[in-house]
Amino acid sequence: MTLRPHNPPLLSVKDLRIAFGDVQAVHGLSFDIHRGETLALVGESGSGKSATALSILRLIEREGGRINGGSIRLGTIDPVEITTLPAAALRALRGDRIAMVFQEPMTSLNPVMRIGQQMMETLRLHRGLGGAEARSAARAALDRVMIPDPGRRLDQYPHELSGGLRQRVMIAMALACEPEVLIADEPTTALDVTTQAEILTLLRDLQRDMGMAVLFITHDLGVVAEIADRVVVMQKGRKVEEARTPALFAAPRHAYTQELIDASPRLGTGAPAPLKGARTLLEVRNLSTSFGGTSLLSRTAPTPVVRDVSLTLGRGETLGLVGESGCGKSTLARSVLRLIEPTSGVVALDGTPITGLSPKALKPHRARIQMVFQDPYASLNPRMSIRDLVTEPAFLHGVARGSDRAALAADLLTRVGLPAEAADRYPHQFSGGQRQRICIARALSVRPAIIVADEAVSALDVSNARRITDLMADLQRTEGLSFLFISHDIAVVERVSHRIAVMYRGEIVETGLTNEVLRAPQHPYTRRLLAAVPKGAPLRLTGTPARAHPETV
Amino acid sequence: MAAYLLRILVKMVITLFAILTITFIATRLSGNPIDTFLGEGLTAEGRATLIAYFQLDRSLWHQYLAFLRAAASGDFGLSFVERRPVTEVVAHRLWPSAQLLLTSVGLTLLVSIPLGVLAAVYRKSWIGSVVMVVAFAGYAVPAFILAIVMILVFSYTLNWLPVVGNGTAAHFIMPTIALSGVLIAALTRFTRNAMLDVLGQEYIRTARAKGLSEFWVVMRHGFGNASITVISVIGLQIASLAAAGSVVVESIFSWPGIGQLLVNAAIVRDYPVLQFGVITVAVAVVLINAATDIAYALADPRIRLAQS
Repeated sequence: MTLRPHNPPLLSVKDLRIAFGDVQAVHGLSFDIHRGETLALVGESGSGKSATALSILRLIEREGGRINGGSIRLGTIDPVEITTLPAAALRALRGDRIAMVFQEPMTSLNPVMRIGQQMMETLRLHRGLGGAEARSAARAALDRVMIPDPGRRLDQYPHELSGGLRQRVMIAMALACEPEVLIADEPTTALDVTTQAEILTLLRDLQRDMGMAVLFITHDLGVVAEIADRVVVMQKGRKVEEARTPALFAAPRHAYTQELIDASPRLGTGAPAPLKGARTLLEVRNLSTSFGGTSLLSRTAPTPVVRDVSLTLGRGETLGLVGESGCGKSTLARSVLRLIEPTSGVVALDGTPITGLSPKALKPHRARIQMVFQDPYASLNPRMSIRDLVTEPAFLHGVARGSDRAALAADLLTRVGLPAEAADRYPHQFSGGQRQRICIARALSVRPAIIVADEAVSALDVSNARRITDLMADLQRTEGLSFLFISHDIAVVERVSHRIAVMYRGEIVETGLTNEVLRAPQHPYTRRLLAAVPKGAPLRLTGTPARAHPETV
Repeated sequence: MAAYLLRILVKMVITLFAILTITFIATRLSGNPIDTFLGEGLTAEGRATLIAYFQLDRSLWHQYLAFLRAAASGDFGLSFVERRPVTEVVAHRLWPSAQLLLTSVGLTLLVSIPLGVLAAVYRKSWIGSVVMVVAFAGYAVPAFILAIVMILVFSYTLNWLPVVGNGTAAHFIMPTIALSGVLIAALTRFTRNAMLDVLGQEYIRTARAKGLSEFWVVMRHGFGNASITVISVIGLQIASLAAAGSVVVESIFSWPGIGQLLVNAAIVRDYPVLQFGVITVAVAVVLINAATDIAYALADPRIRLAQS
């Protein structure tokens, strides 16, 4: 590619090959990063981008992989060859010249060590600082990432901090020794949009101040547009395209890049047209749910998680429920299904209140409202065949018995776009996206009127997420299903929802037709939420015009 | 932390009360002690006098309250055999048992934790396999077999070690090994599994990415977290050691501890001694569990801080 400036690169990866056992994960990848530059490595899960990141620090060997070809050189003058570096020299380089920030802030910090201790061990190791010196350096590092009250944070443990603060601590720790290269592996994927926006701004400012090179790994093109100077697109362990960010979005050369761009959810692409005169199917009135409360040994006050929520869902309608993690979305969904007992309020299904029904009286209503969960890996029993899995609800409700189950399974799998033969297989033989289809098939088995999808596409990469939301729209069109679609990603919600409800700290702060809420948000929180979404300005250039929903054509 | 300690204390008091009650009921279930102990040759008159003296003609409730009242003032009765307060008889045996327990726990920790960590770190090499095979074999050998084999080899054949009593340091060697054998095997396996679990966590990757040495990563970040799980198991295992293991091992080596006392008291039907001996062991188990709870909280800030 013809993008390289004349000065030599700081980090140069050439023809890198990585294998896990007999499986070749990366086939000859090459790219350069220069001082002060941010390079984004983009691709869907399994494309080899994280393996590449881990190889640069040679951490891949600890994860069961190995580098079986190519070179990784660090430094402009007299570069070091990382692939053959002895262990001691490698350790001296890790955390000092190259530092790394990981995806999951909740599990990437040691839970039994104070924040200060964890930061100071890096400073002691690479800078030889001890005692008060190390402490003040750690404090300065926390100050740099703008953590409020840094002195106190040093003595806190990770579990006392929110996800956003922990990710700041991770960044502070990585930058403590002012590395030349920072590798950030999906650093904002586990965060809310508002927190994500703060972390991206922080990274950009820090890079400007410190002049380091950043390798930013992500599957989110919105984030790429925000932060990257150049982009390398990976597919199945190969580089399919490399370009400057604006050029990539303006004129993607490879078909796969175009596909990724098309699949990326972005705001302003238009919501499904509002439904007129849809009959109300589900009505929630003044629902509240609290956790905890007085028991024999503790006398803590109950914590209200859902407060006085009212909403309605019409037949064939999708209601999008957005809000940040911890705002009570999932608790609301579970309360509506009475998986959790609400403290007060009424849930009515087709005019019949189901709150207050005995478990036995509730059972027939349970079939009418089904749920699809976030984690497709954890929500399928690995020891059950797909046939048994997808027909289990029908079996429990007495809809299908014995030989009916095989026919039902074949029918359900075809409806979610999987081959009927899949019934004989087991969950581990399927990818994340396919598993989520299986979960949907399972929900469909009892002919529900409503499906509650709780972050059902959040664990999937953009391409798979797009396929799943398309499937939901198809099912809605052909079978008249209603969806309560819960997500923290407002762009995804826009694409699927007729109406939208914004949740904040246990309350619905705003509700209305999707286009109206997004165009003219009334509540300050909604405005903040919208402002935080990566704008992805270059995306607009290729943005497709607002879609007309097939129902309105 | 204060609230946490208070909760442990309340739990202890409730458990102790339950122990006293269960011991009381269990003793009453075994029939009239006058008949069992004094048996034939007692005149009806003399029997009636004794029953009245021990208040066995009163209601169970009355006897129960009297028992609790006496217990509160430290009076658990007289030994039938030795004719002195059972508290005195048992107190005499406390220190030898405690000594043996401490050396056994010490040996267990010294051996099983390093072995478990090694087995986890070298799980794919022969080192890990050897440790696991030995641990598995050790787990399958009961304490009394281990004791008898050791006596045969080191005392009877080689004449290196004394068998009976607790006079010198050499006396400690075989009982300590016999008592800790199974525990070492169990704890080695447990430490290994806890370490394997922890070493796969993401914060271990973070620690490596910082450039820390592998030893520091494994010990400070790995074992620092694995120790939480290990502690919870140690507590349970030591408690079973104190209760069951010591009875067997002390009998074999004629160790003058509570375990041996319990066996002897059961043979001669010295019920007051048996009753108080059981209470003492139960109290020891409760104290060990409380100590475990505290150690657990000290190792894990999430528990320590959540409770305050």
